[in-house]
Amino acid sequence: MCLGVPARIEAIVDAEQQLVTVALSGVERNVNASCIWPESPETLLGQWALIHVGFAMALLSESEAEQTLSALAAMGAEEHEMADFSGLGGAQ
Amino acid sequence: MKFIDEFRDPQAVKTLITQIGTALKGVDPSRQPLQIMEVCGGHTHAIFRFGLDKLLPEGIEFVHGPGCPVCVLPRGRIDDAVTLARQPGTLLCSYGDAVRVPGDLGSLLDAKAAGADVRIVYSPLDALALAKQNPDKQVVFFAIGFETTAPATALTLRQARQQGVENFSVLCHHITIGPPLRAILDDPGVRLDGLVAPGHVSMVVGQSPYQFIVEEYRKPVVIAGFEPIDFLTALLGVVRQIADGRAEVENAYKRAVQSAGNAVALRAMAEVFTLAPKSDWRGLGAIDQSGLMLSDAFAEFDAERRFGLKPTQVAEPEGCGCAQVLRGQLRPADCPLFGKACTPSAPVGALMVSSEGACAAYYQYRSPQD
Repeated sequence: MCLGVPARIEAIVDAEQQLVTVALSGVERNVNASCIWPESPETLLGQWALIHVGFAMALLSESEAEQTLSALAAMGAEEHEMADFSGLGGAQ
Repeated sequence: MKFIDEFRDPQAVKTLITQIGTALKGVDPSRQPLQIMEVCGGHTHAIFRFGLDKLLPEGIEFVHGPGCPVCVLPRGRIDDAVTLARQPGTLLCSYGDAVRVPGDLGSLLDAKAAGADVRIVYSPLDALALAKQNPDKQVVFFAIGFETTAPATALTLRQARQQGVENFSVLCHHITIGPPLRAILDDPGVRLDGLVAPGHVSMVVGQSPYQFIVEEYRKPVVIAGFEPIDFLTALLGVVRQIADGRAEVENAYKRAVQSAGNAVALRAMAEVFTLAPKSDWRGLGAIDQSGLMLSDAFAEFDAERRFGLKPTQVAEPEGCGCAQVLRGQLRPADCPLFGKACTPSAPVGALMVSSEGACAAYYQYRSPQD
């Protein structure tokens, strides 16, 4: 819940609601991107973001995302965060 | 993990440990071991998981801080959630981390087993979606966590208002990171020398909430990410500041943390929340202005108000040493309850509740002799 998980922004779902699709390890879900919304939303595509409870809270570089994922995996926290991320339905 | 070659970049870890040892030579030996608090439960877990404390020189001792929101969730608040869940026609939504925590009335999972409609959600937006799908039910979201999850609650409540979702409300127990640190630093028995602050909270709040620690208490603070190298880099920063006699807020996690925090998240929080006069912390007691309640503008979404709920007070369990562990005055294994009356499957104290609590991490990764 409170560590968050990095995921890649794949698509803009709804520019008005500031919803994007993010993907991690083949799992996709829609998250709210209002905290990182830029003037040109298409610049978000392909970028990595740190996702907290259905909200993208910060943009990360790819290497930072990889480091955070490897730290979560080594702590055994990745499974927990991933289960939260993938198992509980998409944000509407 | 206690072997350096198991790290992603063993050479960097080795170099940092050597540098920390060198920096420590500049610190007056009478001040050692230095007591350094890792504020965040994620860092506590990482220290034990990676055995970082075993790799570091003896001149450094960790104090495990209050930054695990599930651990510090008071038992009375769990009882409040259970009371709401038991009301007919109510659907209570909670993060998975909170449903196993027992209060006096049992846990939310116990309430679910007894027939209450308790749903585990990943996001407050999922709770809002459930409210829209179930217009004949009252949907209550149990909103817990520090500033990492509070913006999500705030932005969801804004949506609830925009979309006119009247059957949605929030049992609010959001907390803020500064006040418990002040309460610990104010304790005359506490001798902290420096703090490593959590990167993910700082991503939202920036650096300013730690400024009082350097200005009023003259203790160095360095913000760290969650990778062991990030953590050790921050620790090196703390030791160097102590050796130099400096006390500053430094950011060792610049890749994600902007010094001013996230403006959108802070604005949403300021609009939806206001500081509660007093909030209870499991293991620390009541602390003034340490939690968030819904602002007058959003009071209609306050589950306490909507259901006339009177918050429950539950006393700390007898013999529990959590308060001393949080202040660096007791090691987890020295608590009389540790591993006997208090275990991860039957936690008595706050720090045994979640895997990010110091006692649970100690129980999982250490032998009692350590």
